[in-house]
Amino acid sequence: MNQKITFRIPSLGLSFMMEAGTLLWITILALACGAVFVISIGIGEMNIAPPDVLKALFGQGNPADEMVITTLRLPRVLAALLVGVALAVAGAILQGVVRNPLASPDIIGITGGASVTAVAFITLFHDAGARWLPVAAFAGGAMAALLIYTLAWKKGVSPFRLILIGIGVNAAAAGLTTLLLIISPIYTTSQAVVWLTGSVYASSWSTVWATLIPIAVFLPLSLLFSRHLNAQELGDALATGLGSRVQLHRLLLVLFSVALASTAVAAAGPIGFVGLMAPHIARMLTGPSQGQLLPVAALTGALLVMVADLTARTAFSPLDLPAGLFTAVLGAPFLIALIYRSGRTV
Amino acid sequence: MRSHPLHTPFRLTFGLTAGVLLLLTAFIGSIKLGLTRVDWQTLLEAFRTPDPTKEQLVVRSTRLPRALIAVSVGSSLAMAGALMQALTRNPLASPGIFGINAGAAFFVVAASAFFSVSSFQAYTWIAFFGAAISSLVVYGLGSTGRSGLTPLKLTLAGAAITAFFATLTQGVLVTNESTLDEVLFWLSGSIVGRDLSALAQVLPFMAVAWILTLGIARPITTLMMGDSVARGLGQRTGWVKFFASLCVVLLAGSAVAVAGPIGMAGLVVPHVARYLVGNDYRWMLPYCAVLGGAFLLLADIGARYLIMPGGPVVELLSGTGARVLADEVPVGVITALIGVPFFITIARRSVSE
Repeated sequence: MNQKITFRIPSLGLSFMMEAGTLLWITILALACGAVFVISIGIGEMNIAPPDVLKALFGQGNPADEMVITTLRLPRVLAALLVGVALAVAGAILQGVVRNPLASPDIIGITGGASVTAVAFITLFHDAGARWLPVAAFAGGAMAALLIYTLAWKKGVSPFRLILIGIGVNAAAAGLTTLLLIISPIYTTSQAVVWLTGSVYASSWSTVWATLIPIAVFLPLSLLFSRHLNAQELGDALATGLGSRVQLHRLLLVLFSVALASTAVAAAGPIGFVGLMAPHIARMLTGPSQGQLLPVAALTGALLVMVADLTARTAFSPLDLPAGLFTAVLGAPFLIALIYRSGRTV
Repeated sequence: MRSHPLHTPFRLTFGLTAGVLLLLTAFIGSIKLGLTRVDWQTLLEAFRTPDPTKEQLVVRSTRLPRALIAVSVGSSLAMAGALMQALTRNPLASPGIFGINAGAAFFVVAASAFFSVSSFQAYTWIAFFGAAISSLVVYGLGSTGRSGLTPLKLTLAGAAITAFFATLTQGVLVTNESTLDEVLFWLSGSIVGRDLSALAQVLPFMAVAWILTLGIARPITTLMMGDSVARGLGQRTGWVKFFASLCVVLLAGSAVAVAGPIGMAGLVVPHVARYLVGNDYRWMLPYCAVLGGAFLLLADIGARYLIMPGGPVVELLSGTGARVLADEVPVGVITALIGVPFFITIARRSVSE
């Protein structure tokens, strides 16, 4: 299992190494994602058999199937996939930076910050159109992160302070969100509450593109910088000794994490616990090395959100529940197990 | 040992008297101030010679219950926070941060949505149940393992439990849109629109908890010196912790039942009290009770003015095309916004030490 496979791209001066076991897991997870993807597209008010789904996806199915798939289901399932990737990678980076297994964008307030501006946008400017919602969420997430970072700064940022201050910022964000919900008319309020639970319900192609582009930028960057995370997990002193510019890399990595988390929030609202669970599952599968962790976590996250959305929209049909509800139901026992285990070993 | 402004018995008594005066002033302010203008004359007549004029009705049926609820809820939350900070030796402990409020709130919302529970009596018990469950979970999680209750672990567990219950609550609201309208204001922590009977139902529980809390003030002070010291002095620490936890559940549960989850009051007030009198819980707890009541009264007065029709915030919002339907902010929002800077200051200090 410990056979290493090395990839080299000499023209870019890049090389990385991966264990054979990890490669196996990546293949398995990718296949599982593909299967859920096809099944999820097929199930709904009008069921389409998997072979027909595949035909339709490659433009050879019957026109009715193609219509349903391309306008309704494909954007939704793609959005779920991308949101899962973004949240999982954001969480993996954050856990590496903060060196705490319980950190995730939703617990330390980045998602909360993004929610405030997004809800403000929904309730106060509901005539302005949904096009600017992602930008609003992004601004909020970035502001929250900046605030957390500045407040946690005391000759450098200690992971402990970062996480505690994040919890505080999250509380402020929750207060502001409630304030906005209260002062707005009831119909925008219920719209905002659905969004706040985390749902890929109303995804369209513009959602997919708005999610895909930031991921295409920040995912490769995260992979590139992930080796610094390996150094950071050894502790600040040792990382500095290894020649890593700890504070600079920490800032950059937090920035990537925020960008990815805000992208996900903008598309689907705060889907909780994915940023927490996916990196942990990945770590169980591959071990702690970040270069291997990120791709596995990304696939796990995609799988989680797609399955959650599939369950949420089919299990209580005709009710179309928010996916965030199911990730929370999965996430809570997971978290309990996690804290219990970390309490024993640490 | 840091010296505190109030460190002689005379100064302590004087400070407590000043606190009570502040509480009374805030109480009278809470009855007098608001959207409906009431002059002193009417205020006195409302209690001496009841008369069904609008002003008098507002005072008797809206403002008086509201002020009484603010005092009792504020005191309860502050005392619960002080007890939790002693139990966990964690300066960030409070019912809001540790998920107790969120748990109680979720159980109440779920009960009203799925089982059509609507009697206030039932709400109270359900809120106790929710508070007990979530405090058990958080406390249990925080105390597993050899390292025991590290502040970070416990705070994180609390934040995670809060997130979990908040998502579930939102899920219930999404599936039951009719419930949304009814509970949204309650959910954000509000003391408006409750009549005195709601308070009367939880008051026995609160009163028992207040007395019990003040009764264990002395053992708690000993316990603050550490488990082994307390045991060495002959204290049965298990019982003290049990009664303190019971008080937390009763205090926080009944506060949530009346007013919804009001955050941060349980964090801010104990810190102010500790700054004033130090770690002696025999003085700390009474100070918390008095200051907690005053804090919530003042926050509630602020809540009335923030988006009062015709006020500056409303003008600003209508400029952006928004329509403001409610005419006041839930007090829970105000306490949360006041509390966060506090929380962050404490977090910054406690990590560097």
